Parts: sequence; structure tokens; C-alpha cells
Amino acid sequence: MAQRFQLSHVMDFIIGDAQAERAVPPTGFTARLTLFAATVMAFLAVFALALSVSAGRLSERWSAELAQSATLRISAPVGQMQAQTDAAMRVLETTPGIASARLLTDDEQRALLEPWFGPDVPLESLPIPQLIEIVEADIGFDAEGLRLRLVAEAPGAVLDDHTRWRKPLAAAAARLWFLGWLSIVLIFAVMGAMITLAANAALAANAKVISVMRLVGALDSYIASAFVRRFTLRTITGAAIGMVLGVAVVLVLPAADSQGGFLSDLGFAGAGWLWPLVIPIAAGLVAFLATRSAANSTLKELR
Amino acid sequence: MIELEQVSYSYGEGELLSDISISLSAGSFHFLTGPSGAGKTTFLKLCYGELLPSAGYVRLFDRDVRSLTRDDVAEMRRRIGVVHQDCQFLDHLPIADNIALPLTVAGHSVRDDQSDLTELMSWVGLRSRAYALPPELSGGERQRAALARAVIMSPDVILADEPTGNLDWEMSQRLLQLLVELNKMGKTVVIATHDLALIRAAKSQVQARVLRIANRHLTVGADL
Repeated sequence: MAQRFQLSHVMDFIIGDAQAERAVPPTGFTARLTLFAATVMAFLAVFALALSVSAGRLSERWSAELAQSATLRISAPVGQMQAQTDAAMRVLETTPGIASARLLTDDEQRALLEPWFGPDVPLESLPIPQLIEIVEADIGFDAEGLRLRLVAEAPGAVLDDHTRWRKPLAAAAARLWFLGWLSIVLIFAVMGAMITLAANAALAANAKVISVMRLVGALDSYIASAFVRRFTLRTITGAAIGMVLGVAVVLVLPAADSQGGFLSDLGFAGAGWLWPLVIPIAAGLVAFLATRSAANSTLKELR
Repeated sequence: MIELEQVSYSYGEGELLSDISISLSAGSFHFLTGPSGAGKTTFLKLCYGELLPSAGYVRLFDRDVRSLTRDDVAEMRRRIGVVHQDCQFLDHLPIADNIALPLTVAGHSVRDDQSDLTELMSWVGLRSRAYALPPELSGGERQRAALARAVIMSPDVILADEPTGNLDWEMSQRLLQLLVELNKMGKTVVIATHDLALIRAAKSQVQARVLRIANRHLTVGADL
């Protein structure tokens, strides 16, 4: 019942009062300013939103990928390498929380070094450490306990649980996510300020209209609603245009690939494409509050 | 209906009205006279709550104006029709819409009240000018339209500020007749004017009191 009541208010607001609308003449430049500001700000908001959503997604992906694996590096004299590798494998196989552990093949190690040394790196003639890839079970393993056991069994083994990679990556992604949302807040704050300016200009231009309406018995809410409705609908229209343009540009950005890294991954994914729809609604809310506040403060100056 | 008790009003440091007490009862007819700048318009503004007294009390329909909220003031103005000397129209709206404005802002559908509006426009002789914009009307037509707007909500009180200021004698007489008709319907009428000929002309038509503002004070003259 309460929902139906509120819905009827929203519908009344959208449909408006034709007679009240006619009483307040449109002021051309404020209408254009509102539409332009809303379009530009919504366009920018799409990118800020894309940045934030992408950063969040990237942070989750990096964390998930790195958190589920670890690497054991064995550096030992050539004569001891096999013995320490076997010892390390035995330790890993008996460590709770490790789902699997396997030696990286020569080809895999060569592929890892290829970006630095080229495809023909003579692996057998270089003192390359042996790498063991560890995949964690869901419960995870005790990294400190494992290190202590390895010191005793395979002193050349160094466990890298990716913490030192994960932490700065997660921090960077979190900062990007925060920057994205901060940008969105600032964009909407600027939008609110511009709409307030435009609304004040419209109210000043219609000072006589407001005075006459007060004189013949109009309530403040009646006068304010004519301005609030007009500015809110204009802002939603402008923001919808800006949102569509912004999404179109995001759509034509290069697709994510393994070479492009973060920059080519800027955008939305799956249901995330629905996020931009929030922008016109939020812009409408900002316009509603900004115009109502401007109208109320103007009307309070009149008796 | 409207009571002023020991009312004073000051603009800045200068006192314009001082110690004014008067009661405008239901169905009474008053002329408010005095030299230009004496405070006639200020007196009327006090009577419809646009100004608050610097001292004393103004009571509209038994309520102290200081206790009224902004919405109360708006509601009160639907019971008090005001005719301004400069008419105060919305120039972008046809005159019929201007006349219907009090109905519109009160949430009435003009379509539902169309026959009343048409009848009212005929009464003030503006039926054929319904779609004209205010700047296209003559001074007399504008004053009659302002009167029509003032009475469309069937208010209890009509306050007219120099309603015949820009009119010729014949048009002034016609406007006076309209106000007298309204008074005979039981409305309280106050006309601020410095047109003594108009006051003399009213003598044969209505029992009116003359109020005079001069030197900050209000004096109540004899009944006409």
C-alpha cells in the first residue's frame, strides 16, 4: 500500500501539472545549460564507473589467481639439486592444505625466461633454479610451518606464496577503485552545483511569476514543484544522452587481451553493463535535491 | 474579519504607520484615502499578510498573522482578493488563464470551472478578450481582469489598490459598480484611492466608511 502510494507520487511527478507548467515560462539558457552539464557529466561518470568496476574486477581476479598458488624455488649446487628437489616434493606431498605440487618442465621454464633471453636460451648450461608449482587446497596451508620444515629438509628451497606480489597489486587496484568512486562523487557534486546555479538563474528570471503566484495563494510546494520537475526531467534526459554516448565509447575500446593488461580491460562485463543505467537515475536525484533546495531558499525570502 | 490593533510599521528607521487600530467587519465597504506615499499600499499589504507589523497585532479571520505559517498565508490569500494598481499579470499567459490562476494554484481544474470562468469574464465585459495577452489589453480591461482574478475564488474580502488610477471616468464608474455588486453579495471591500470624485459617486450606491491616512495615523471619517 505504502509502495503504491509512493509510486503514484512518482507518476504524478513525471506526468506533471500542465496548468502549473504553463504558469512558469521556460528560460532558454538555463534549460540548455542543465542539459549540457548533465550530458557531459554523465559521459564522464561512465568512464569513472568503468574504471572503478574494472579495478574491482581486476583486484578480485589478481587476488584469486595469486592466492590459490605458490612457487617453491630450489637453488642448490648441481650435485645436490635432485636430492633437494625430491626432499622438497616429499615435504609438499605431506603438507596439509596443498592440493598438488609439480615440477615445472624445462619447456615451461624456458617459456618463463623467453621474454628476457629469447627462445633459444640454453637452459642446461645456466644455473637455473628448479621451480615447483604449488596449488593450494581450499583450506590453504601454513606457509610459515612449511618454511621451517623446508629449512631442515631442503635448505636451498625458498617458498614464494605471492604475498609480496599480491599486496601491492591489491593495494593498487583498491586505490584505482577508490579513485573511480571519488571521481563519480565529484562529478555528481559538480553536476549538483551547476544545476543549482541554473535553477537559481531560472528562479531569478521568474521572480515576478513567483511573486504573482504567491499573491494569488500558491503554496511553496506548488511553485517549487514546477521548477523541480522541469530541472529533474531535463537532467535525466541529458544524463541519459551522456550515458549512451559514454557506453558507446567504452564499447569501442580495445578488448582485453593478455598483452594489453589493465588499460585494455577498462569497461564492463556481463551484468556490469547495467551499472551505467544508475547514472541518469542518480543524476535525476541530484537535480531533484539541488533544485528543491534552491527553490525553497528563494521562496523563503518572499512573504 | 480583518483587525489591526495598535499597529505600527517602519521601513528601516522611518515609521510609516503608527498606532493604527481598525476592524474591517464582514460585508463592510471602505474607502482608504490619503496623499501619495502616506502608506495606503502598506496598509493593504498588512491586511493580506504580505507585510508583518513592526508593532501591534494584525488578525486575519481571527488569527494573528505572526502565528501563520507560509502555507497558512497562502491559504489566507485565497480568502482575500487583491487588485493591484499595476495588476500583476503573467504576461505570457492569455488573460483567461491569468484570471483563472487562483483556481489553478488551488488545484482546481479550470476545465471543471469553465462555465464559472466564462460567466465571470462576461460579468467584467472581457469574454471576447479571453485569449488576448495582458499587454494587448487597455488599462480599463486590465483593471477589470485584475478584479475578475481577485474574485474568482469567491473571497470574503476584496482589497483594491488604486483600481481606477489609470481609468477614465466612465470606466471608473463601471469598476466601482462591480465592487458595489460584490459588496452587496456580502463581501468586505476596501478601495485605496485618492479620487474624491469616485468616493462622492459611491455615496448614492453604497454605505461606505472613509478611512484617511495622513502623518502616519489613520482617522476614520463619517459614513457616506
